[in-house]
Amino acid sequence: MRVAGWAMSPINLNHPGRYVHWGVIQISVANLVLILLMVAIFAAAILLPFPGKRRRK
Amino acid sequence: MTAVPALPEDATAAHEESGGWTGWVRRRALRSFPPDQLLPDKQPIYVASWIYVFGVATIAAFIVALVTGSVLALRGPAWWHGSGLGHYVNSTHLWSVELFMAFMVIHLWGKFFMAAWRGKRAMTWITGAVSFIASIGTAFTGYLTQQNLASQWVSTQAKDGLNSVGIGSYFNVLDFGQMLMWHIVLLPLAVGILVVVHVLLVRRHGVVPPFPPVVPPTEDAVEA
Repeated sequence: MRVAGWAMSPINLNHPGRYVHWGVIQISVANLVLILLMVAIFAAAILLPFPGKRRRK
Repeated sequence: MTAVPALPEDATAAHEESGGWTGWVRRRALRSFPPDQLLPDKQPIYVASWIYVFGVATIAAFIVALVTGSVLALRGPAWWHGSGLGHYVNSTHLWSVELFMAFMVIHLWGKFFMAAWRGKRAMTWITGAVSFIASIGTAFTGYLTQQNLASQWVSTQAKDGLNSVGIGSYFNVLDFGQMLMWHIVLLPLAVGILVVVHVLLVRRHGVVPPFPPVVPPTEDAVEA
């Protein structure tokens, strides 16, 4: 199916998934990136100030 | 307008205690969930943190998943596989679930490190944990009912694991009709009920406060 240029993914996903092997652990790069992103969001949620917090005091 | 005569005190008390099972439920509900506690307009200052946002973000993503799932149920697989709008709604359903699971896991991390079961909040923690497990089942049965090569692959891989623990005859991942019913009726109903109970418990017991600061012992205390 032909997809318009503007609708194409910025990352080429049209290939088999890539995997990372580390001993008994095997994980796809996509899942690893997602987990790292979630950890980054978790850290940001704790560290970043919440808007309007000073006003509430 | 004619003024309504006030009831004698005894009659009022008797009225409040009567009412059959509906009266009992009303009194119990009001005692357990007073309106100002059920729908509060203020929260403690420690709630003003981004880590407290992920619970409601999870619910928002869940509502999007329910709405898009309902549209998919109305239109059917020929529509979601064969039309532009169908692809869009199908993708929105997928990505709302991706966000639902991601937000729920970040919410879980936050509550775990806060030990959110403190202060008689054990049932709040348990309902959250069980709804997480039910959500995994809902997402899994969703993968099984995509009606494409991915769902065939997932189901044939999963059947061996489920058969090895002896539940394959009750939960047959190769039975499309059974998996569809689990995905669109039983599991969303279970997750929905658990989420409602979870939120009611949060309202009843309040949001868990952070740990108190650790105060180092004074010299007098050390000497004693």
